[in-house]
Amino acid sequence: MGAGHVHALFVHGDSRLHRMAPQCKVAATFLFVLAVVSTPREAFWAFGAYAVVLATVTVVAGLPPATVARRLVIEAPFLAFALFLPLVSQGPRVDVAGLSLSVDGLWGAWNILAKGTLGVATTIILAATTPVPEILHGLERLRLPRVVTAITGFMVRYLDLTVEEARRMAIARQSRGHDPRWLWQARAVGASAGTLFIRSFERGERVHLAMVSRGYDGTLASFGATPALRHEWAWALTVPAAAAAISLAAWGWAT
Amino acid sequence: MGVGHVTPAIEVRGLAFAYPDGRQALFGVDLRVEQGERVALLGPNGAGKTTLALHLNGILTAGTGSIHVSGVPVVKEHLRDVRRRVGIVFQDPDDQLFMPTVGQDVAFGPANLGLRGDALAARVRQALDAVGMAEVADRAPHHLSFGQRRRVAVATVLAMEPDVLVLDEPTSNLDPVARRELADVLRSLALTTLVITHDLPYALELCPRSLVIDGGRIVADGATRDLLADDDLMAAHRLELPYGFDPRVAPR
Repeated sequence: MGAGHVHALFVHGDSRLHRMAPQCKVAATFLFVLAVVSTPREAFWAFGAYAVVLATVTVVAGLPPATVARRLVIEAPFLAFALFLPLVSQGPRVDVAGLSLSVDGLWGAWNILAKGTLGVATTIILAATTPVPEILHGLERLRLPRVVTAITGFMVRYLDLTVEEARRMAIARQSRGHDPRWLWQARAVGASAGTLFIRSFERGERVHLAMVSRGYDGTLASFGATPALRHEWAWALTVPAAAAAISLAAWGWAT
Repeated sequence: MGVGHVTPAIEVRGLAFAYPDGRQALFGVDLRVEQGERVALLGPNGAGKTTLALHLNGILTAGTGSIHVSGVPVVKEHLRDVRRRVGIVFQDPDDQLFMPTVGQDVAFGPANLGLRGDALAARVRQALDAVGMAEVADRAPHHLSFGQRRRVAVATVLAMEPDVLVLDEPTSNLDPVARRELADVLRSLALTTLVITHDLPYALELCPRSLVIDGGRIVADGATRDLLADDDLMAAHRLELPYGFDPRVAPR
């Protein structure tokens, strides 16, 4: 049955970070990433300092560093794009190992590499210590509109199901000898995507029907979101506070 | 028994319905289910079984005719009350279970009725206990087996403390053990229950009485064993017993 891709990111544990109220973790993640992206790219040492902060959080959370590192692979496609920048950008150029590279492009690539990696690592830690429903609770406590959290909840709930359905359709196609290798053979894949869309749409209607049958009148009550304790906030905010200090120091250093 | 003097759980009179595209699905349905009865609604595909069920809680509105649930007419001003009284368990539990966790999903119905806090939590616990699923309250629905999801779907409507439970094809996609476990749950509830099914042995096992619907009309109403043993009736309405099953010798 549905193998639960959505929850696959959660790493079981009982650390201080696992037990912390989700709204604190979500807010801390957001603020930390904000501090990282606002750091001038020339301040190499600042990014090293951010990495040390994240490494510390990883240790506090009791997460295996290898797991975090392995999950960073998800950003590879975006980095591939960044690698093109030095080749295609304009401006003054330098020669590195026989390649003429744009200085601007190199800075751009470094900027994406450093900030992207730190941002992805931060969210990996959040996802590894917080189950998805709790992240939704956290967002709700942070006053995100109920409609948005509800839609996200639906997405999380039905993503697995839709992926599973797409997989079954692919197997059924392959079982009838479909083996797409070339772009012009993609027609059947396109038709499957269309069918999947219609099916999902119809499922949406059936879900709505089932909700109306249980007295749904357009307002979703919210559940389970409990206020965070003051010391939880204090603990959570030490991380973005450290990041803000690093960012400010980097600005002072750069100017 | 003073049948006729007691308010029936479900009373449908002269119900006709056509879909907006003009296809007529029901042609004057009359039926009556007494309090505490377990009744099977049998019929071939496209007979109007699900259409009828969707009228019972006012999702579809009758073209002509009337429906009463525990004496309450199914009309616009009573919809909220009627939807509490009639709990429909849909065919695909994935349509019914849409919240991130089982507990939240079971809480959805009673929360719509205005329950909050401890009262809500107690209601959720009772409903999950009734189907033997209390230990999965914090799990995500898609982590459960199909049989477990079906039982949780039953809990989602039980949490609304309905007068009538309506199950649409409850045994579809269940393995024999899950099928039997669901039967045990339904028997233990002692609630007025309408079971819409193709699964004739299941109807015989659970429901002393059956209705046969075909072409949008009720064509037979009687003891399940008698109906299933009536070869002519069965053949006329595309109902067929599984190979080797004989309702005359099946255990009572």
